Amino acid sequence: MADFLIQVNPGFIIILAGIICAFVPIHGVRKSLVIIAPIIAGWMIYNALREPLAASHVMQVGPIELITMNFDRLALLWGLVFCLAGILNGLYAFHEKCGLTDSSALIYMGSAVAGVFVGDLIMLFIFWELAAISSVFLIWKGGRKAYASGLRYLAIHVFSGVLLLAGAAMYGQANGGDYTFGLIGLDSPGGVLLLVAMGIKCGFPFLHNWMQDAYPKASVTGTVILSAFTTKLAVYALARGFAGESVLIYIGAAMTVFPVFFAVIENDLRRVLAYSLNNQLGFMVCGIGVGTTMAMNGVAGQVAVHVIFKSLLFMSMGAVLYRVGTAKASELGGLFRSMPFTTVFCLVGAASIAAFPLFAAFVTKAMIISSVLYEHHYAVVLVLLFASAGVMEHSGIKVPYFAFFSHDSGKRVEEAPWNMLVAMGLAAAMCIFLAFPVYGYHFLYSLMPSEVTYEPYTGNHIVTQFQLLFAAMFAFALLKRLKIYPDERRAEIIDFDWIYRRLGYQLVRWTDAMWTRLAFHSGRVRDDVVKHVNARLYHVFSPAGTFSASAPSGLAAVLTGSMLVLVLIVEYLTRL
Amino acid sequence: MDILPAYPAWLIEHGAALAVVLPLLTGAVCAVLRSERAAWIVTLIVTGACAVVSFGVLLTIFAGEVQIYEMGGWEPPYGIAYVIDGLNAPVLFLISAIAFIGTLYGIPSVTAEVEPGKRAPFYGAFLLCVAGLLGMVVTGDAFNVFVFLEVSSISTYVLVAMGASRDRRALAAACRYLILGSIGATLFVVGVGCLYMETGTLNMLDMSRILSEIGGGSRVALVGFGFIVIGLGLKLAMFPLHLWLPGAYAHAPSFVTVFLASTATKAALYLLLRFMFVVFDPSFEYDTAIITYVITTVAVAGMLLASLQAVYQTDARRTLAYSSIAQVGYMLLGIGMATAAGLSAGYLHLINHALIKGALFLALGAFWYRYGIMRVLDFRGLGQIMPWTMGAFTLGGLSLIGVPFTAGFVSKYNLAMAAAANGWWWAVGVIMAASVLAIIYMGRMLLVAYFQPPPEVDGEAVAKNEAPLLMLVPMWVLAGLSILIGINADWIVHAADGAAMVLTAGGGVRP
Repeated sequence: MADFLIQVNPGFIIILAGIICAFVPIHGVRKSLVIIAPIIAGWMIYNALREPLAASHVMQVGPIELITMNFDRLALLWGLVFCLAGILNGLYAFHEKCGLTDSSALIYMGSAVAGVFVGDLIMLFIFWELAAISSVFLIWKGGRKAYASGLRYLAIHVFSGVLLLAGAAMYGQANGGDYTFGLIGLDSPGGVLLLVAMGIKCGFPFLHNWMQDAYPKASVTGTVILSAFTTKLAVYALARGFAGESVLIYIGAAMTVFPVFFAVIENDLRRVLAYSLNNQLGFMVCGIGVGTTMAMNGVAGQVAVHVIFKSLLFMSMGAVLYRVGTAKASELGGLFRSMPFTTVFCLVGAASIAAFPLFAAFVTKAMIISSVLYEHHYAVVLVLLFASAGVMEHSGIKVPYFAFFSHDSGKRVEEAPWNMLVAMGLAAAMCIFLAFPVYGYHFLYSLMPSEVTYEPYTGNHIVTQFQLLFAAMFAFALLKRLKIYPDERRAEIIDFDWIYRRLGYQLVRWTDAMWTRLAFHSGRVRDDVVKHVNARLYHVFSPAGTFSASAPSGLAAVLTGSMLVLVLIVEYLTRL
Repeated sequence: MDILPAYPAWLIEHGAALAVVLPLLTGAVCAVLRSERAAWIVTLIVTGACAVVSFGVLLTIFAGEVQIYEMGGWEPPYGIAYVIDGLNAPVLFLISAIAFIGTLYGIPSVTAEVEPGKRAPFYGAFLLCVAGLLGMVVTGDAFNVFVFLEVSSISTYVLVAMGASRDRRALAAACRYLILGSIGATLFVVGVGCLYMETGTLNMLDMSRILSEIGGGSRVALVGFGFIVIGLGLKLAMFPLHLWLPGAYAHAPSFVTVFLASTATKAALYLLLRFMFVVFDPSFEYDTAIITYVITTVAVAGMLLASLQAVYQTDARRTLAYSSIAQVGYMLLGIGMATAAGLSAGYLHLINHALIKGALFLALGAFWYRYGIMRVLDFRGLGQIMPWTMGAFTLGGLSLIGVPFTAGFVSKYNLAMAAAANGWWWAVGVIMAASVLAIIYMGRMLLVAYFQPPPEVDGEAVAKNEAPLLMLVPMWVLAGLSILIGINADWIVHAADGAAMVLTAGGGVRP
């Protein structure tokens, strides 16, 4: 039994549960599937960990070998944390009676898990696209305003999938038909395409806008689910394919910095979190670019804790949105009175993302920054430190401050539902556990791709980190005091997506108008030509035409005779 | 599935002769019978027997034997021999099977379209025609070919003229067919005469042997070859010599059109293959020159021009008649390549087209039978009022276009692949262009039938009136076969490859 199961990709189980969910009308059954499926998948991963060599399966389809299951240490942490996120999401969305969300969330989750455990680019493409298609329903559940965003999201992700497939095809051709997903590198054109495909999903600068566009518009539960999987799948793909590509160091550094400014002025707190997500991804990409053992361990650990604390933050903002009906900073404030538990959980999440000692990111982010330092990229280290302060500022302070403290908005609402509190509580506990000096971070270390020796709790490190964090807090307080800090205002922020949402749109409309004119005129010309040609053909070929005129039999006989002469002439010529 | 042991040995041994003699004798009997029902039953039994016998013969050929049957025990070159090999056995079975299926259809159709007093003689003429076509196919004697050619032709003129009670234009069409058909037969017999002069024998195997010994022979053989090609070309409606065909197909009784479209041109095409590749051989330079320059040219011209003509026809039967000329072009294109793959594809199209056109003309006959429909415009609403008939017509039409999973696709695809393998990329383009034209002329009928409402009579839509079972069964058998071939073509491709093997045995054809 177990021998057989060990060869099955754990993601398939979750996808299967999702398909079953689509046909089950009973809410309770669906909800238990949503929670049980990730638990089973997690158990399967644990099984595979015990016998890593047996956990592989190859399927022969035509001339191509598809590796449906390929277990290794790199995939381990991703798989486990995806399953954990799946359980948290199941709990968090327990109250929601929506078959579509349950089923698409499961299929989406399953695709991400499956994508992590497949071993070749073709299978990766399949789950890459499946994840995109199944997740768009979660965005569309966000209401009518989310429809256009969902379409843009779908278009961009399908495009990313197409690039992935094209890149895979070129890469496979260049490698003599070997589609195995290993280290790819940028020395072939296929590799560049693959990098761009992954970059889109990972939110590289100028390719990132779908994230801030779609995530805040999805439903309360949808955003939480979305934030965990898509981008982390892309980070996994980068880690596997492009570890040590130095260009990623600079891309990652840029990714950490530019969202800070947008996050500071953004009003929608869920959108702030989307920018902060982008910034966190920057750290991971940077670590992948460094590519040393320590850096890769740091990236894997960062992904794990990031999924948890980012979910926690999105869950707390989701709870606010669920109870208050908005997540705009300008309309919130003072909620700590009515939602004390949510406040505490949000603060834990904020402390985690800001990397306070004893909170999740403290260990892993330090590993990444240290590994960059060891490789002597000093400028990049400074950028990363600045970005860390920025994280503290916008996610660590701004989000909880404007939602729960600030000036009292006078809103008095109920505490979040019990299931949301349980999910948030679990996530908060994990956040603290995974950075706890006793047994806590050692457990995380034991799951990392390779042996870790890094010791996070040194006096030096703790002091440095506190200096950084308090400097950021001080800056916030000072700016607030001097009233320089940008007020929470309802405003649209123009990001790079203006290029395609406004300029591009107008350009398309202009082209469309011109095209319509051109089509009208060319259509007239074409109609004339067609009519003319048709008339000519009709005159020749129709029953009334010259060709069909009922020739007398004599004429037909002459025709036969001339054909005979023709044949004889041809024959005669061959004998000359 | 091994059916062959079920056949008694004598039946197989004398099979070829029986298949010809049976209809020849009973044809005479039918002509004097008074009861049309009795004549129909005799015809049904005889054609059925022919089909069974020729199926047995076909199976022995598949088992790898070549049958040489000496008529009356006279050894060639003194007597007449029937030679059956991989080339003519499938055609033999095709003709007798279509004759049987067509006869089933005969009872409603002939009753509706032929004058009462002429129905029994009609069946007599039909049996003679079947005997003539079967004889043309099985005989190994060149002069005997001419005799059977005339037997089938003369009875065909009669059959076409019988359409006069439905459509007086049938008389003119029959007369025209008679004149041109006679010219064709005359040219053919002149050619055979030349060959006799050159080789001193009428037996085709001997002719072939002697001709290759003397390296293609003198100018007499050369002239004989030219006469034979043009004579047969007229019979098989090679493009500029097709003028008799549309009228004959359009005005003959439906039953006759079905049979002619599926078999008559095919038998002549078989003879062309036999003379071009077996009696003569492409290793003679004049043979190759005719194949490459003349046959290919008329093939392409026929495919395109006849298809264009089909597009503009108003009469549905004429549309299909011109389409037949275009389809003959496809087969000739396969011949024109003169490669094993091309010949096999052309031969495959010969068989597939017989099935497809059979189904289509059967459906057209049913339309006329129920509603008197002849024009394309009158197809309005046929998808609703005759759904089953229209269904068979649609399958046939799709197959004619060459939609995947139909017989037409298989043969056109094989033809295109053969052309590509031969380096004739332009020919692939021509095949595509002709198929696009086929989409237009078939699509036109299907659109009218499915997307326009049935006509109204006195303010009420015409009631549903499906064709009788005796019409539906034959057309669905043929339409179903064409789909079956589209799904699994291995057996029929195997048969076509067998035929191509006979054609390439002379050594003049590139493999």
